Amino acid sequence: MTAAPEALARPGRLRAAQQFLADNPVIVLVGVLAVLFIVTDIVNRRDIGEPFITWNQLSTTLLVAAPLGMIAAGQTLVMLTGGIDLSVALTATAAAFATSWQGGNGEVQGVAAGLAVGLGIGLVNGIGVGIFRVNPLIMTLGTSSVTFGLLSIYAGKPFEKIVPEIVSTLGSDRFFDYLPANLLLWVAVAAILILGLRYTGYGRMLYAVGDNPVAARLAGVRLWQVRVVVYALCGVFSALGGLLLVGFTANPDLGLATPYLLQSVAAVVIGGTSIFGGWGGYSGTIVGVLILTVLGSLLTLLDAEEWQRQVIYGSIIIVLTAIYARVSGTD
Amino acid sequence: MSAPAAAIAFRGTAAWRRNLRLHGWTVAVWLVLLALVPYWRSLSQQDLEFDLQAVAIDALPLCFAAMAQAVIVISGGIDLSIGSMMGVVNVLSAKHMIGMSFREALAFSLLILVLTALAGAFTGLIITLSRIPDIVVTLGMLFVWQGVALWIMEIPGGGAPLQYSDLALGSVGSTLIPNALVVVLVAFALVWLPLRWLRPGLAIYAVGSNRTAAYLSGIGVARTRVGAYMLGGVFTGLGGLALTASSGIGDPNAGVTYTLNSVAAVVLGGVALVGGVGGLIGPIAAALVLTMSKIILLLRGTDPNYANVYQGALIIFVVVIGGLLARKTRS
Repeated sequence: MTAAPEALARPGRLRAAQQFLADNPVIVLVGVLAVLFIVTDIVNRRDIGEPFITWNQLSTTLLVAAPLGMIAAGQTLVMLTGGIDLSVALTATAAAFATSWQGGNGEVQGVAAGLAVGLGIGLVNGIGVGIFRVNPLIMTLGTSSVTFGLLSIYAGKPFEKIVPEIVSTLGSDRFFDYLPANLLLWVAVAAILILGLRYTGYGRMLYAVGDNPVAARLAGVRLWQVRVVVYALCGVFSALGGLLLVGFTANPDLGLATPYLLQSVAAVVIGGTSIFGGWGGYSGTIVGVLILTVLGSLLTLLDAEEWQRQVIYGSIIIVLTAIYARVSGTD
Repeated sequence: MSAPAAAIAFRGTAAWRRNLRLHGWTVAVWLVLLALVPYWRSLSQQDLEFDLQAVAIDALPLCFAAMAQAVIVISGGIDLSIGSMMGVVNVLSAKHMIGMSFREALAFSLLILVLTALAGAFTGLIITLSRIPDIVVTLGMLFVWQGVALWIMEIPGGGAPLQYSDLALGSVGSTLIPNALVVVLVAFALVWLPLRWLRPGLAIYAVGSNRTAAYLSGIGVARTRVGAYMLGGVFTGLGGLALTASSGIGDPNAGVTYTLNSVAAVVLGGVALVGGVGGLIGPIAAALVLTMSKIILLLRGTDPNYANVYQGALIIFVVVIGGLLARKTRS
């Protein structure tokens, strides 16, 4: 008689726990991140004889992760509306070029040029997707091939590349030895996004549009405006990521942000934002970005080659989407 | 007396309209292609044989990519991994064919086609079993295949037997007809035509236009979708082999542009991205139009990089117009 209630209660409690974790994927993700850190630490001790978990390495991880954090921020917003932006990497590269092209004419002009390029590409994407209802994949692939063509024309011409002082400070300096400057920007962006998504009308609208565009439209949401703005925002965030990158490397080149396309999608998917839209948020993406960065360090330690990274990241996207779809029951 | 006459007249116009609706777009694309020919010839300094060859060779891989995409889109899916799978086939064949005789190369090609069919079926299986949208799975596969291509060959190399290259480069006997054109027509006639009018082909159209209705009328929906991806895999394999034969070298990045261009050719060729509409003849014509417009730009002395920009812009333009027309006919 005593066994029966227990047998009934156990699956109930298990399901409750499962439900809780499904609702708060960030908790699981932080656990994954911790495990990754420990594994990397063990491998590092074995191969190099030094611990990986040191203040210096933690600080470096944050420094390296911040550009991806920016680019993935834009990707998160777009994916919340059920879209996707495959032009983020080339937008970032274009912004980096624009900044170092205008960098000689003053810092403000340099930064403004970079952000303007990002806004421009984002607006073109937004107009295509929002007003002409082009499939976001095709639209953003199209703009990125146009951007690549234009970049390879103009970047081929010799010009003086001057990265503005403020950009290189922001991209590569550390305060008090351990505090990366770009972390300040990242924390600010993260606060605005997390609070904005939760408490502002536009933030709630992104979820509504992603969850059920028809219902959102019937409730009076102007879908095209939401979409134009979200792609424009994504362009600006990508540009910010590009600025941080060029501030770090100090030398723009055509392949500057190429790996970040796949990683931005992977970070958002790992962070639990639904690729179908309407579910997720930026806090998960942040942990996703950190996981990918530590995974990158680990793969470097293990001497992984580029092809192995591609296969791993590609598989992560498919497998995690499948798991999330199963857990959250959105088939 | 007048009633039957009216009925006949009505039936006549209905059939005419039906034909226009079904085939109008395809005919229009072929007319566009024909209209481009005089302009193209007036720009060129070469004789007709050389010019025909140039277009056919350049268009061959894209024709196959467009056919692959068309079959999958008609079945209601979309495949973003076509370009990178072509890259895999390209490097795989170039790596092994370099020391082979013509016969061995042909046998090896057959083996590769079996492998790509299996790879396509694998993608289709992931999609139908996991119920993740096609776009996500094939986006993941895009990166996986890119990684595999890099794994097989990191820098361009390899080659193909001369006779094998001749399949793409030569012409039939002493006539003007390029081999490449014959190859496309043979593949079309052998692979697609028999299926198109039999059960599997009809099932692909049925599943593409209305999955529920197809299921209720007793069609194996999952089986059909996997079959469409398998067929797409065969055409993708042919596209990759065409890359090897026409370029005579393996390059892990050779396939990159074909994903976007295949989507463009499909949309321009009258296949609606919602599925169930269109055929393979339209996309073939569209692939020729896209190739010829690129060649015309080059003949006019445009910087090849600008040609990329124009082509990207043209693709976006085509998709926008296609989307507007599709919306108009549906409402």
